[in-house]
Amino acid sequence: MISLVQTVRLALQALVRNRSRSLLTMLGIVIGVAAVIVTVAIGTGASSSVANQINGLGSNLIIVIPGSVQTTGAKTGNGGASSLTVADGLAIAKLPGVSAVSPSVNVRGQVIAGGQNWQTTVTGVAPTYTTVRSWDVASGRFFSQNETDSAAKVAVLGQTVVSQLFPNRDPVGQTVLIRNVPFTVIGTLIGRGQSAGGQDQDDTVLIPYTSALDRLVGGTSAGALMVSATDAAHIDSVQTQITGLLEQRHGIVAGQPDDFSVRNLQDIAQAASATSAILGLLLAAVAAVSLLVGGIGIMNIMLVSVTERTREIGLRVALGARSAAILRQFLIEAVVLSTGGGAIGVVLGIAGAIAIAVFAHWPSSVPIASVFLALAFSAAVGVFFGYWPARKAAALDPIRALRFE
Amino acid sequence: MTPVVEVRDLRKVYPLEGGEDVVALRGVDLTIEPGEFVAVMGPSGSGKSTFMHIVGLLDRPTSGTYAFAGHEVSALPSDALADLRSRALGFVFQAYNLLPRTTAIENVELPMVYAGIPAAERRRAALEALDAVGLAKYAQHQPNQLSGGQQQRVAIARSIVNRPQLILADEPTGALDTASSEDVMALFQRLNDERGMTVMLVTHEADVAAHARRLVTFRDGHIVADEPVKEKVPV
Ligand SMILES: Nc1ncnc2c1ncn2[C@@H]1O[C@H](COP(=O)(O)OP(=O)(O)OP(=O)(O)O)[C@@H](O)[C@H]1O
Ligand SMILES: [Mg+2]
Repeated sequence: MISLVQTVRLALQALVRNRSRSLLTMLGIVIGVAAVIVTVAIGTGASSSVANQINGLGSNLIIVIPGSVQTTGAKTGNGGASSLTVADGLAIAKLPGVSAVSPSVNVRGQVIAGGQNWQTTVTGVAPTYTTVRSWDVASGRFFSQNETDSAAKVAVLGQTVVSQLFPNRDPVGQTVLIRNVPFTVIGTLIGRGQSAGGQDQDDTVLIPYTSALDRLVGGTSAGALMVSATDAAHIDSVQTQITGLLEQRHGIVAGQPDDFSVRNLQDIAQAASATSAILGLLLAAVAAVSLLVGGIGIMNIMLVSVTERTREIGLRVALGARSAAILRQFLIEAVVLSTGGGAIGVVLGIAGAIAIAVFAHWPSSVPIASVFLALAFSAAVGVFFGYWPARKAAALDPIRALRFE
Repeated sequence: MTPVVEVRDLRKVYPLEGGEDVVALRGVDLTIEPGEFVAVMGPSGSGKSTFMHIVGLLDRPTSGTYAFAGHEVSALPSDALADLRSRALGFVFQAYNLLPRTTAIENVELPMVYAGIPAAERRRAALEALDAVGLAKYAQHQPNQLSGGQQQRVAIARSIVNRPQLILADEPTGALDTASSEDVMALFQRLNDERGMTVMLVTHEADVAAHARRLVTFRDGHIVADEPVKEKVPV
């Protein structure tokens, strides 16, 4: 009787004899698997960079934002924008377990220096911001408490702003115009790169929050408050205290919704991982559909092939092939097509992921498990969709098959 | 000596839906001894192919007995019949039935692949069989690079490669011109004369049948004549 190795050889010979058709048959699986690998790579890269980013922010960070909590996040309505004041921040700073607090007043506007101008985010913060965000200056210095108290017109630039406005010069000591108000550059920040959302964190200008409020926007709203706890273990109790304090200060009674929300990085991380779980489900659905389509393609071609090779099958039976040998040969042909397609798809997918990382600067990484999973699934698709055509082939009556035109 | 083929009262009925059944064989008795060269003739539809298929273990009779090389085979499971076909029978068809885009030697090897013979041994036997049909030079040629007569000789090489106890050929010259037919028949005659191979072939042409030693004539599912061939064609 014919051995399995020989049957595999017969199957491979049959596939090679129909080279171009075999390749075209694989195409469905190739594209499906490649697409899945690329999307998984991007998804994994994105979520691991979210994790890095969150760790980089410091695990002690608590963020208080104006507006009430909705199901998916915080809503900062126009009315809520002024709900947090600098005084709130000062009060929070006095709580036990809090090491530093900084307001974060966002001012969107043009920054001009020399002949260059650049649209960026100007944020008004306190000197404690360097501690809260664990973000140091690369050159020059950060502004002092005195400068903050006096609403000095000083600014610290992120690296992107430096390269846009001062491509060939040292920015320290130069003057920039923010909303037409001149500020002196006293320092630059260390480069941090992109955030998880693809935002350039270095595209920022930091100024004292007092200067932002007095000279640029007016009012006393602190925007968001960034709070650093002395110890990651105390985050929960600090959060509770902040909530209590602010409810008291804002005169919110039990049962009334808060006009602010307090969040720590774990909340944000959880939201991010929930998002990536949904993304994962979507990916799995895409993968399932594309493999299904690829599998149906294989079944279709295998059925055509069984009809076309009727005489060949009759001949093999006449020459002594058992029907099990015919079944196995056709099943192996289907599995080789699907697994081969899967392997080519994996290679193309990895190449695509690398290309995206290199050319589009998107973080991407291919988990090894996804490669094995893709191959295993491809093989399973081959067995599943190859079985019926193979059974048809094995059940052919040799006499009729030999007469078949 | 044990006969290669011994059939008794062999009947084959094809049931037809909504009509009368077709009786293809109505009680055939035939014995073929080792080393015989039998030609089968008869009008179209007389049951020659049906008989060949049953003798070749590709089909089962409706009733009657069939002993192949002394063993009753009518009741054997189909896997056992497949194994017998791969080891003990050789087939030659009118349409050659070589695998396309496959070299002559690989075509000749195919029965041995199903018999589970190791690759080196297959190669050797296939070359020897190709040599026996005078086509050793064409081992690496594909069917579309060979003439009809050459293709049929490759098919004959394939039928003898397992040293079968019986070679069955259904109208092997049906698609060939006169010269190629002569080549192919001379080859069968030589295999029978020199190697003592047992051959049964179906033909419609008297001068093809003249190469055999025994002529069996079918009509309406019966054997109506069974006689030695009078003038044997010299090799
Ligand atoms: N699968 C089948 N189903 C029904 N009837 C069949 C089948 N195969 C053969 N027959 C019938 O059986 C009879 C014998 O057919 P067979 O093919 O054996 O004839 P033959 O002698 O080989 O004829 P030819 O010389 O034309 O090849 C014919 O009447 C044919 O129609
Ligand atoms: Mg016939």
